[in-house]
Amino acid sequence: MVQTHLKKRIEIILEAPALHRLTDRLNQAGVTGYTIVPVLAGRGRDGSWSAEGLAGDAGRLVMIISIVDAAKADDVLERVYTLLARQIGIVTVSDVQVIRADHF
Amino acid sequence: MSFLELASQNLVSPMVLFFALGLAAALARSDLSIPEAVAKTIALYLMMSIGFKGGVEVAKSGITTLMLLVMLAGVLLSFIIPVIGFFALRAVSRLSAVDAAAIAAHYGSISIVTFVAATEAVRGLGLPFEGFLVAVAAVMETPAILSALLLARRAQPAGQTQGEGESAGALIREVGLNSSVVMLVGSFFIGWATGAKGLAMIAPFIVDPFRGVLCLFLLDMGLVAGRGMREGARHLSPPVLAFGILMPLFSAAVAALLILPLGLSVGGAAVFITLAASASYIAVPAAMRLALPEAKPAIYLTLSLGVTFPFNLALGIPLYLAIAQRVGL
Repeated sequence: MVQTHLKKRIEIILEAPALHRLTDRLNQAGVTGYTIVPVLAGRGRDGSWSAEGLAGDAGRLVMIISIVDAAKADDVLERVYTLLARQIGIVTVSDVQVIRADHF
Repeated sequence: MSFLELASQNLVSPMVLFFALGLAAALARSDLSIPEAVAKTIALYLMMSIGFKGGVEVAKSGITTLMLLVMLAGVLLSFIIPVIGFFALRAVSRLSAVDAAAIAAHYGSISIVTFVAATEAVRGLGLPFEGFLVAVAAVMETPAILSALLLARRAQPAGQTQGEGESAGALIREVGLNSSVVMLVGSFFIGWATGAKGLAMIAPFIVDPFRGVLCLFLLDMGLVAGRGMREGARHLSPPVLAFGILMPLFSAAVAALLILPLGLSVGGAAVFITLAASASYIAVPAAMRLALPEAKPAIYLTLSLGVTFPFNLALGIPLYLAIAQRVGL
């Protein structure tokens, strides 16, 4: 059986205009990698939204997924929170198993 | 031509009708939609075309005193309109200072698609207009953001109005490097450098299909505006709704007075007045999400795109044309 290692998966849904600020913070925190995924549509407290037809970044959301070592997770979340506290966004943290521990 | 003649002619133009189609389709919850990537590509195409053609015109005429004076008038308006808009909103509505400042920034800045629609309306009447107005549009984009930041800072306790660790300079740099601004200004300089010869080389791409592509973009704008109205209308109180119509009219009047002594052509005056009366919905909303994140986007996006843009497209542009006939040469 393949050996797996416990890591933290941080998933952030954030408004697109603030994306570069978030990735700057992740880089500063020493996060080794992240994946950015476009988000199509959804519904929040202010009603439904959709990225369809938008020519600008305002109103568009993106999802950033990063897997980090548990020892680093608090520092990453604190840096993320300094930005997210004032922007539209959602952060979730979950436990995941990875095969190559040295990658994160 | 009278305002009524101009308005009736404008209302049956393909541009306005495609916008109306998009609006109606969105309000009726049709599944008609334009993919995000296509909308962005079309927006870049429009910036490229209008910027290039403006640059070619400047290559023909050179840099003139009139061009510099109109640019100065544009910058001045972009600074002043948000101040007036901010205090008007604070006086007539219950909006917070941050919301009022964010909305005011949109009205000080410009909408490049409204600008394009105005240039098409002017061309439709066979009127020439000064090509340098593309450069005027570009310089009017950002001063309003600075004004809004100053207003919001003045009204809020220190440290509560600016993004974390963010300087106004960095924000202005981000807005100045916004893709639509880079494409518009870059194409303007390429058009300026290559002149009529350059235009002849790429005219089949940037001139001939322009109106059809603009119709497609306006269909998309109608869809986005309709969706915004469906979801965001409940955020607009009657005074804020009225602001979305009255502020462009006020800005148009101020712009008309400002250019009265400058001697712009009738077509140029109509385009300049339209620039002053338009409200941003691409560059400024993105800037406001960074500079004033506490401001509610549902209010300023719905107002700018769902109220002011359709008003300007359908009735504003003919009205500004009618005003321009009195102040232009």
